[in-house]
Amino acid sequence: MATDLKKTGPGRGHGGEGGRPGRGIPAEGLLPPVVRRMLFENGALAALLVLIVVMAIMSPDFLDTNNLLNVGVQAAVTAILAFGVTFVIVSAGIDLSVGSVAALSAMVLAWSATEQGMPVFFAVLFALATGTVCGLVNGMLVSYGRLPSFIATLAMLSIARGLCLVISDGTPAALPTSLEWLGKDFGDWLPVPVIVMLVMAGIAALVLNRTFPGRAMYAIGGNEEAARLSGIRVKRQKLFIYGLSGCFAAVAGIVLASRLVSAQPQAAAGYELDAIAACVIGGASLAGGKGKASGTLIGALILAVLRNGLNLLSVSAFWQQVVIGAVIALAALLDTLRRRT
Amino acid sequence: MTTFDQPPLPPTAPASAPALLRTEAVTKAFPGVKALDGVDFELRGGEVHVLLGENGAGKSTLIKMLAGAHRPDSGRILVDGRATRILDAQDAEKHGIATIHQEFNLVPDLTVAENIFLGRQPRKYGLIDRKRMDSDATALLARVGVDVSPNDKLRHLGVARLQMVEIAKALSVRARVLVMDEPTAVLTTGEVDRLFEIVHRLRLEGVGIIFITHKLEEVARLGDRVTVLRDGRSIAQIPAATDRDELVQLMVGRSIDQQYPRERGALHRGTAPLLRVSGLSRAGHFDGVGFEVRAGEVVGLAGLVGAGRTEVARALFGADPYDSGTVEVQGRRVQGNDVPSAMAAGIGLVPEDRKGQGLLLDASVSENLGLVTLRAATRGGFVDLAGQRRAASSIAAQLGIRAAGLDSRTRTLSGGNQQKVAIGKWLLAQSKVLILDEPTRGVDVGAKLEIYRLVNELTASGHAVLMISSDLPEVLGMSDRILVMCQGRITGEIPAEQATQDAVMALAVQGASSN
Repeated sequence: MATDLKKTGPGRGHGGEGGRPGRGIPAEGLLPPVVRRMLFENGALAALLVLIVVMAIMSPDFLDTNNLLNVGVQAAVTAILAFGVTFVIVSAGIDLSVGSVAALSAMVLAWSATEQGMPVFFAVLFALATGTVCGLVNGMLVSYGRLPSFIATLAMLSIARGLCLVISDGTPAALPTSLEWLGKDFGDWLPVPVIVMLVMAGIAALVLNRTFPGRAMYAIGGNEEAARLSGIRVKRQKLFIYGLSGCFAAVAGIVLASRLVSAQPQAAAGYELDAIAACVIGGASLAGGKGKASGTLIGALILAVLRNGLNLLSVSAFWQQVVIGAVIALAALLDTLRRRT
Repeated sequence: MTTFDQPPLPPTAPASAPALLRTEAVTKAFPGVKALDGVDFELRGGEVHVLLGENGAGKSTLIKMLAGAHRPDSGRILVDGRATRILDAQDAEKHGIATIHQEFNLVPDLTVAENIFLGRQPRKYGLIDRKRMDSDATALLARVGVDVSPNDKLRHLGVARLQMVEIAKALSVRARVLVMDEPTAVLTTGEVDRLFEIVHRLRLEGVGIIFITHKLEEVARLGDRVTVLRDGRSIAQIPAATDRDELVQLMVGRSIDQQYPRERGALHRGTAPLLRVSGLSRAGHFDGVGFEVRAGEVVGLAGLVGAGRTEVARALFGADPYDSGTVEVQGRRVQGNDVPSAMAAGIGLVPEDRKGQGLLLDASVSENLGLVTLRAATRGGFVDLAGQRRAASSIAAQLGIRAAGLDSRTRTLSGGNQQKVAIGKWLLAQSKVLILDEPTRGVDVGAKLEIYRLVNELTASGHAVLMISSDLPEVLGMSDRILVMCQGRITGEIPAEQATQDAVMALAVQGASSN
């Protein structure tokens, strides 16, 4: 892996390593097959690398370690939300409620710890439970209520945001000071949100690839009836899937709140769309059956690199939205093109 | 659109008619396969030209080329003697070529008339002229001879009627070349007769018909000429009256000694039946269904489409609920309406709709093979992926599943190999009672034989097989006992040695006439 990255990072000098010439364009035969496969079959990774190279050339500040870590922090909340949404999208559903659920969970944490004086450990558990319950309600509506996931989670988007406003009475609530470390750096340089993001990525990958519910997600998304006729209890699995998405949203909410040192009633509004975009850029298909944790992580990083880079280049926030929209369309287009050939 | 003005061809002399359509040495390669290799083909007006070949022989590629979905790498396509390029579906329509695919191109929530004229609705002042559309549709439907109203929603029509609507749609664009891809695969005997009448009428009108079928008995009945494709080459162009064995030999390149190689082993008569169903009823679907299947036995379930066979199979597998009755496996009752319970009891179902219900088409072969055993292979929360793969690889070898590899997408396999995957996952789950619902539908002759052999191996090793099939020769050839269903009831049971097509058909339509 380490050498792979070096070979594809032409922005930095590495002339005579191993006698191989450093090249900007990866030539066939020069790269080990593993690297070639990663680059060409995973369009998102290639896009991220190209984006990093372009940003590095255009802005000298981009490759600054602090800036890169900042990108990671910016990506963290979106990425964690997006892992949860990946589970849902792989099973051919959609979860629009994750932004609101994240805000509600964070508010529950702040409210129970600060106002109700609940021990912080239990307050965190309570917040995670809140997110999970919201997700389970989504799952009930989808599997037993037979609502389309779009409708069920749209309803939850409104309900969770509303509850968040009710609890907070529309004003921000302070987070217990004992949780501030969550938004800070570990060992004085590595931001905790980045660590949480990587841990959640690992968990998501493990769930998707190695567990029964994970494999069931792909089966349900690929062909729900075939999955049912193969003995998968589809309704029960959907409860789990949406519950897990809600739980991931709660984690994202806690990370976001700890960065802001408070729970904001309007926090994470619209983040569900970023999360879905990260999944799609990362190669997930809204038709279901397709998607990876690594892809979603890369998708979230692409969004964060774009925002960060465009800021460094002082592109206006208005134009940034246009660019990001174009990138989402481009990613989806490339994916359909690749599938057609 | 103007092409219909030509005078109708004399119906009795197709041999002297000019070639309506001709391909000369067309070749088409896809990554890894040469789908067509210098294929010559000719269709005259007023002719039914049967296209025969195993799955993967190149039939689909050829007709897709005529429909404008593929373009030849080399070679020419001539319409009315003029070299033409068919670049897309509109081009095909312009040349008067209409194709009726196995999967219909119809919109279920629109009406019959709307479907017939989809995209070509008659207009008046820029708005759709509904009145004219309905009257035109009525005329077309009358010409086809089908009793549906132009205002019926497609969703409520059965498959036979949908096909008639497709034919009406083809007529509405004044098709001179009608390509039909296995139109009889999903039809009952009576429906097939009706279809043949229509085809016959169209042929008298001078339409050239390319007819694809796997049912050899239909060739002589309907066709004028036959072109046999094998491995992308046109092997022979012969009269449709050619002997059936010779056709088979041409298709597979070897002779099939026996079409239905059922080896009836010694039944385990002394032992209790593996599967016992009694008094199974579901209002509106089936009523008082009871039967037994013993180890080593193939029980055929015959009947017309809609007799309730698939519904019974799904109910005893737990896929659908039932109101009363019991299902027992080895004397133990199986909980109803719960697939995992039926699976745990040892029942496996290979559904009739392989693509819609049996397989994850975009998932890999190994993933499909391991789907049923997924939970069993989970230890300490984690799926034993290596073990799953080993199991998949051994069953794939055992069943002779031909695929580029275990990681190939299942969609890329031929119909027969897909079916083997659908069966294989139950073998891995060690199901003792296998329900095969139309196991050889859309499967070519060679792969059929392999599936029959597999059934033999299964029963020899003590499995019980319940086989639903609308293919009468197959039911007669492969079953040890035949149960016949009609209108949700079992109307009779015939031992294999006494079974004839007439006897089965008599039971299959029995209830229909008495009600």
